[in-house]
Order: sequence, then structure tokens, then C-alpha cells
Amino acid sequence: MRIRVNGEDREANAPDHRLLVDWLREDLELTGTHVGCTTSQCGACNVMVDGEVVKACTTLLASCAGSEVVTIEGLGTPEALHPMQAAFRAAHGLQCGFCTPGMVMAGIAIARAHGPDVSEATIRHELEGNLCRCTGYQNIVAAIRQGARAMAEAGLLEEPA
Amino acid sequence: MTPFTLARPESLEAARRAFAGDAAFLAGGHTLIPAMKSGLRSVETLVDLARVPGLDSIRREGDRLVVGAMARHAAVAASPLVNATIPGLARLAAGIGDPQVRRRGTIGGSIANNDPAADYPAAVLALDAIIETSEGTHAADDFFQGMFATALGDGEIITAVHFRVPHAFAYAKFRHPASRYALAGVAVARFPEGVRVAVTGVAYSVFRWTEAEEALSASLDAELPTLARDDLTSDIHASGEYRAHLARVMLARALAGVRG
Repeated sequence: MRIRVNGEDREANAPDHRLLVDWLREDLELTGTHVGCTTSQCGACNVMVDGEVVKACTTLLASCAGSEVVTIEGLGTPEALHPMQAAFRAAHGLQCGFCTPGMVMAGIAIARAHGPDVSEATIRHELEGNLCRCTGYQNIVAAIRQGARAMAEAGLLEEPA
Repeated sequence: MTPFTLARPESLEAARRAFAGDAAFLAGGHTLIPAMKSGLRSVETLVDLARVPGLDSIRREGDRLVVGAMARHAAVAASPLVNATIPGLARLAAGIGDPQVRRRGTIGGSIANNDPAADYPAAVLALDAIIETSEGTHAADDFFQGMFATALGDGEIITAVHFRVPHAFAYAKFRHPASRYALAGVAVARFPEGVRVAVTGVAYSVFRWTEAEEALSASLDAELPTLARDDLTSDIHASGEYRAHLARVMLARALAGVRG
């Protein structure tokens, strides 16, 4: 079974009950994707599968055969952050950082769905599937507003990142 | 999670054949996979329906809006046809779970599971739907048979839900803030011959609220009845009495959405 992860073809040899998140973290050592609640509530495990942000803790690896997966590691580099990552840094949209990979993924999905002028109310509504236990939502929302504008300026809202 | 074998059939017939012994169908997986992870459910064979073609179409057929069983909640919420035909159904879909759940969860999975607090069963029942399956059809009135129980036989696959297009439809729910399931949810549909009212979240299964239907079919301005049942759910989230109160409030809110 072949799965494209962050632009690279990877071969997956795992039992059918393996979860996408466990394969990413344990086999590929892409530990930027976090496991928080494991009950589909918190969104720390958000990744993109074929351009859609979904919860990797509730996705079977075998269901992703032939798919394209993008994790937080695939968005940017420390030298050249993705605009949404840069916005989280600039707006101080994190405290402990545990929820951040999932928040950044959710932010990108929000920007793509609602554009650069997305309202604060819409962002808060669309973040229902992401929990921050530091209660840092104020700056997370601000970061996503900035990030959405920055993605538009970088020409990233016309095509998948 | 207990190990299982995953089948990924590419036709309905192959999916029926793949279902053998201790098996389950996988639609969006956002109820089944968590249940399997927590050990509430285990199977030997999981039959993924994602590759069966044609199950996610949304179309109009006469006086029916036909929603394919594998249509994701996000797709129903965004569908121009659903928004033009039964806008309240699109709004219901937009209120299920959270965005990530809505990108995966499906209408077929929701009604096959028949969670007593799920949203879709209330719409299916209020909108007098016909559930089309690999084996035939079921009327909504006969489909929901109790907590997590339906009329589906072993290996029977839901292929589409045929909603009867009403004059107006609205759904109101008081949702649990963490799970987003309904503590009480009320669906109201106005048809030429009268009003249908379905309630979710408050009892062992979705049900039609006949006292409300009779009162509202006589007049939309009728005094709203009090929900009286001896099987109201009482748990750590809400007492049965509170759920009954919420049902009446949700009825009033849904009713506001079907006037005019």
C-alpha cells in the first residue's frame, strides 16, 4: 500500500486496524501530529488527507491507500514557515504548543473555506473541533485571521497548500 | 483496537459478498472507529463502503430529495440543491459534530447507527423519508426500532435516503457543548395534510411526538403540549424532566422556522 506523505511516496506495511496517526508518529516518526483525547474531540491529530483536514486518530491507515497526506512537518520549514505557522508565531497563538499542529491545520482549512476576510465568529464556530487546554483561544483566533490574509497574499487560497 | 480485516469493495454486490460472519460496514467511521478503539465494539471483518461508486449523490426525484448514503455531512450542508429544496436539512447537517467530523461522517452511517441523540434520525422521521437499501426500502416510521436498533438486516446496506419535500422544515436542538449531540432535538415538517414532529435525544430512540402533531396540524398557533413519556432519559447530563422541558422549547424554536 502506497501513501504520499508530505510529497514523498511511502510504503505502508501495517495491519488493517492501524490508525493513520499511529503510523505517522511511530513508523514515520512524524511526531508533530499529536494524540490528545483519542476520542475525536480535540483535533490535536488533525492532518490533511487529499486536501481535507480530518482527525488522524479516527482514520484508518488502510483507508488512505493511494491518498496524499500532509502533516504539520509538510507545511513549511523553520526557515520558511507556512504563512499560517508564521501567523501563529507572530500573534502568539500558542502557549504550551500541544494543540498547535491541529490548530494550524484547522486554520488553513478555515482560510480555504472562508477566504481572507473570515470573521471572528466564523473562526470560533469552525474551531469547535479543536481544544486548547491553555485556553489561548483569543490569540489563536487572531492568528487565524492574520494567517488567512497572509495565505491570500501568498497566493495560497486558490490552490491546495 | 482488536485486529480485523478491512475489505474495500468497489461495487455494492462485492460489498454484500464481503460481509460475512462477525462483520460491520464502515461509512465515515466517526462513531464506529471510536467505539472500536474503546473496546465497545469489535469485528473480524470491516467492509469499507468508500469505494462503492454512486453512493454519495444528491438529487431531486419528483417530490423527493434523494441523499446518497455516503453523502458527508459537509456535502449536505453545502449542497445548493439541499439548500434550495429543504434548507433546514442543510442547516441540520451543518450542526452535526465539528468541521472535521462533518468532512467524514455520512447520513447512512448516522441512521444505521441510530444513536438515541443523533440529529439525522429526527429529520428522516419528520420528513417521512424512505430508506433505500441493497435489499429494498423501509419507511422511516418502521426503520428506527430502538436504541442503536433499526430494521436493517445482517449485511443490508443503506444506499440512499429519499426525503419527502415539505412546505417547510426546521430542526432545533439543545446540544451538549462537548459532544454536540442533542440533549433534546425537535424536527418539524409541514406537509399539505398536516405537521410531522420527531424528537431525538430525550428517550431510548427517536420518536414521533403525536400530541404535538395533532395540535399543530389543527393550527400552528395551538398551545404546545408538554412531553409526557415514561421512558425519558435521565443521566449525568440532564434529568428526564429537564429534557422534556427542553423538547417543548425546541419545538417552539423549530415551529418558528416553519411558519409563513
